[in-house]
Amino acid sequence: MQLDARAASELLATMWRIRCFEERVASLKRSRQVHGLIHLSIGGEGVAAAVCGQLRDDDAVYSGHRAHGHAIAKGAPLDRVMAELMGRVDGICAGLGGSMHLVDVEHGFLGATGVVGGNLPLALGNALAARVQGSDAVTVVFFGDGAVQAGHFHESVNLAALWELSLVFVCENNGFAEFTPRSAHTVVERVSDVVGPYGFERRTVDGGDVPAVYEAFGELLAAARQGRGPMLLECLTHRRRGHYEGDQQSYRDEAADAEWERLDPIARLRDDARGHGWLDDHAIGELERAARTEVDAAVEFARASPFPEPEAARRLVYAT
Amino acid sequence: MTDGETTFVAAVTAALAKAMRADDRVIVLGEDVAEGGPYGATAGLADEFGRTRVLNTPISEGAVCGVAVGAAQAGLRPVVEIMFIDFITLALDQLVNQAAKAHFMSGGQLTAPLVLRTQGGAGSRSGAQHSQSLEAWLTHVPGLKVVMPSNAADAAGLLASAIDDPGPVVFVENNSLYFRREPAQPDSREPEPVPIGSARTVRRGGDLTIIATSRMVGEATQAAERLAGEGVQAEVIDPRTLVPLDIDTIAESVRRTGRAVIAHEAVTTGGFGAELSARIQEVAFDCLEAPIQRVGAPFEPVPVSPPLEDDYRPDAIDIHAAARIAIEWDWPEGRGG
Repeated sequence: MQLDARAASELLATMWRIRCFEERVASLKRSRQVHGLIHLSIGGEGVAAAVCGQLRDDDAVYSGHRAHGHAIAKGAPLDRVMAELMGRVDGICAGLGGSMHLVDVEHGFLGATGVVGGNLPLALGNALAARVQGSDAVTVVFFGDGAVQAGHFHESVNLAALWELSLVFVCENNGFAEFTPRSAHTVVERVSDVVGPYGFERRTVDGGDVPAVYEAFGELLAAARQGRGPMLLECLTHRRRGHYEGDQQSYRDEAADAEWERLDPIARLRDDARGHGWLDDHAIGELERAARTEVDAAVEFARASPFPEPEAARRLVYAT
Repeated sequence: MTDGETTFVAAVTAALAKAMRADDRVIVLGEDVAEGGPYGATAGLADEFGRTRVLNTPISEGAVCGVAVGAAQAGLRPVVEIMFIDFITLALDQLVNQAAKAHFMSGGQLTAPLVLRTQGGAGSRSGAQHSQSLEAWLTHVPGLKVVMPSNAADAAGLLASAIDDPGPVVFVENNSLYFRREPAQPDSREPEPVPIGSARTVRRGGDLTIIATSRMVGEATQAAERLAGEGVQAEVIDPRTLVPLDIDTIAESVRRTGRAVIAHEAVTTGGFGAELSARIQEVAFDCLEAPIQRVGAPFEPVPVSPPLEDDYRPDAIDIHAAARIAIEWDWPEGRGG
């Protein structure tokens, strides 16, 4: 599906919401108002927006540890996600999940996980359930290139192909597995090559080229919805931040900073939108301003929310 | 097998079929389940319910367990089989990090109503990687329930309750129990549910309490009969579920008898008996007249050579010996009693 003015505006709005949210999270982490291990997706907002923006509420999304953007793009409200990161009772998971374990069932964001590759099999189970229940919903699972070296990935790829599940694997290949470049973890450069023998329909695109991600995912989604089995979209992305907030990044090439201007997916889509005459400078500025206002309100909401009572934790160990 | 008889494995099959008839959401998946599996526990299910609900899987325990978690979160009631508990090692990430914590970490949004059936136990000369009793690991994980039936009726009743449970339940069977003939319930197709978290007092007695799990319940009953011949009346309690534990039934008994023997097939070190022993002293310390005795396997892998394995497996003789120590316990001079 080709991007148009309306879709471009929606994608930019989502990307700005993720960007402003995560920039604020970085600052709140430094002042110890946001807790625990925080993994930011700055540089990868375009993938979250272009994928989730084409899904229905009943299309389930699973993600990994770098999940804020996916949750937000799927519809999770900023204020409740912020409250979750601050450990508050009004958090999207009542303050019991935190950054790496976001879930928003209402919007079909079935969850992040702190275990790399850990949610891949769950996505298969979701797709299996959709089939048993006679639904045409498609399941999407995001993961990084680091997960591709995990056993669950290979078991899941095999099983998804064997059972012809309506599932789109979306790999955000940022070239780093934690601190280590992909070349030091595997001899296979392209994740889309890994699934080749299983007969997946697959694409590799520049993850910073949002119209390309949008178009490629749209085609794979339509095919998956027709029941043509599992698909894989590999998006080559740029991880602007360290593996986690506080990572000293001694492994990082300094040239990356200089490249950022060229790689920033928001700047690229903004320029595209201007070039096509879809959005003028005023409209573009409004999108950023609206996102910053929403994030300010989210922080206020989260700060006003109390921490959960200890009893809340004890009550939720077992479902009743 | 006559009409009035059943077996553990037949009871499991019947309970699965009954649950699948009653509820379209129940599916069965695992290695070779559509073929019935090595013990026939799922025999006939694929014929009756089709291969969309009875799914053979590759030898991918981790992914298959995760599929069950995802399917459960999406509204199905999966019963996943891990053929030997020894292979649960490969599924533990999904069980421990995903299934057990989903409800908690989502603030109650998600539930994972799945049953993981598996079996273990020594005695089949299969060696150290097909004979273990690893249930204690699972009892250490908040969010999991752990069920360990000792007979056909409890297996059927507890499996029905496990499938109905809103969260993940690990159902640990012992293959030595599978083919023993047991009296059938009047209609073995209609097992009565047994609530999870409820112990069964197998035998009444006032001198000593033996708490035994799975295969060791039968061994405990034999030991109790021998003790009765010696004038000692032993009470035998089968917890049936390890998590949640019916500590009240155990506490009431031990407070009355003052003596406790704990018996399981797993190695004693770090076994569930350690937890039971600690819990008993918390609730009955003032009534204890002897140290709590534990019976289990020695701290070594299960040997494959027949005489070594026979020696390894704890049995009624070991329980009897532990009971005699508890009964004959003398306080050191100058101390209580």
